[in-house]
Amino acid sequence: MPGGISQGLVWGIMALGIYVTFRLLDVADLTVDGSFTTGGAVTVMLILAGWPAWAALLVAILVGMLAGFCTGMLHTKFGIPAILSGILTQFALYSINLHIMGMAANKAVSVDKYHLLISSRNIPLAILTSAIIAIALISVFYWYFGTEQGSALRATGSNPAMSRALGINIDNMKVLGLSISNGVVALAGGLMSQYQGFADINMGRGAIVIGLAAVIIGEVLGNALLKKYINFYFTLTFTVIGGIIYYLVVVIVLWLRLNSNDLKLFTAIVVALFLAVPYLRGQRISSFAKFKQKGAKNHA
Amino acid sequence: MLDLFEISKTFNPGTINEKRALHKLSLHLDPGDFVTVIGGNGAGKSTMLNAIAGVWPIDEGRIVLDGNDVTALPEHKRAFLIGRVFQDPMMGTAPNMQLEENLALAKRRGQKRGLGWGVTKEERGEYRERLKTLGLGLEDRMTARVGLLSGGQRQAVTLLMASLQEPKLLLLDEHTAALDPATAAKVLDLSDQIVSEHKLTTLMITHNMTDAIQHGNRLIMMNEGQIILDIRGEEKNHLTRQELLDKFAALAGTPMETDSVLLS
Repeated sequence: MPGGISQGLVWGIMALGIYVTFRLLDVADLTVDGSFTTGGAVTVMLILAGWPAWAALLVAILVGMLAGFCTGMLHTKFGIPAILSGILTQFALYSINLHIMGMAANKAVSVDKYHLLISSRNIPLAILTSAIIAIALISVFYWYFGTEQGSALRATGSNPAMSRALGINIDNMKVLGLSISNGVVALAGGLMSQYQGFADINMGRGAIVIGLAAVIIGEVLGNALLKKYINFYFTLTFTVIGGIIYYLVVVIVLWLRLNSNDLKLFTAIVVALFLAVPYLRGQRISSFAKFKQKGAKNHA
Repeated sequence: MLDLFEISKTFNPGTINEKRALHKLSLHLDPGDFVTVIGGNGAGKSTMLNAIAGVWPIDEGRIVLDGNDVTALPEHKRAFLIGRVFQDPMMGTAPNMQLEENLALAKRRGQKRGLGWGVTKEERGEYRERLKTLGLGLEDRMTARVGLLSGGQRQAVTLLMASLQEPKLLLLDEHTAALDPATAAKVLDLSDQIVSEHKLTTLMITHNMTDAIQHGNRLIMMNEGQIILDIRGEEKNHLTRQELLDKFAALAGTPMETDSVLLS
């Protein structure tokens, strides 16, 4: 269970990145499945090359930002729909990630030989370290998205036409947001590879869905617990908590000896349900369907 | 203040949907001119405003605003000169953001947005005072999300936003058309108040003939992408709705066709 919390924290950190695109920019960015692995691959290779873990993570963040930048350019400068731009970058990253890892599908980094920031060998420390990183990141986000530039980025997601009319270069804002998001996702990938002691070409598969699950679980929980007292700081905190809860559910599923191959199906169903909730709730208030029965009764 | 030199715009050129929206249109506005713009559907009223705002590039001509040739500038680079209120009350504000955040975004229209606070304490005081002048009680809801406000409230806020950072030119694109009559009258009064207070050079499109006559110091009528009538001063003050309709029929060769115009 504590192991679940520490891994969940790392997914929660990744979810903070996904929150930026999904909720603030209003874009579903599929780059993350690739950039998560990129973060892991860069981190492991640099640690193997003798870099300190923190420096390796910094480079991972920069490379992740570059991936987001590419997606942003494809979208804004070449007019490719955001979702397709993300898919293209993600697809290209598969080859790039293999190159980074020296054409190997996975690379191990042993905690016995190298000094790692977090590891599954020392779970309490891993929880502490990743919690500190999460809190630091939430604080930076809270500050940044309250600045003039951060506000302009949020405005771009909320109302692009208004933003242009107010002199905001929305193309730049989208590129910036995608870069920030993928930098954070790559950071999470770097942490995950240290935690599990290896980077794997498939480690990012489904990262977007896990991130969405974390964001949505966090929102539902935050709204239920804090109601109208929810603010941006709590929203971000609950996003991380959403990541933890997601992974604890995974742990329980595995503990129940359910087939772990069904995990992705299970996750997809949960995410689809939560994404559908706001729509279905709206339908309950006003829908065509409710007139079906009434109409039938009146004419009976 | 504003000069349009023979500007033209054709949408979907070379296709079956080709539409010549503006045809060698020229217009000169003096500082402080408050011009109402009328004309039938498809006359090019909104197209003219969008051309000035830079929503898309024009095909030919030049646009000079306050001494700056803005013809080659994209929308966000012209924004420092222009305040805008749209027909759709949803379009002028960011629904997911707080009222004070929206005002702060507008306050920085056209300026560099750095890493200073998005809303400062001093600004809050200013916004509270400005919101009071709207008389809608919004000064007590500064941290509410704008999406929770009504259409009329949002339109009033958009008007305030357009004038927070004094624009060289204010563009009002049928900004009361989507509101109920009472709210529309209130927003129109507010527009008058803001325009006269800051002596803003203004272009206001309206479908309402009476409004077009009652407001502003000058009235232009458009048809098929050109200005066919330009009335100002005393002559405009004595205009009646019937005269205006007759003039339109005489100049355009057809009666003005929209119901909203005939009924207003």
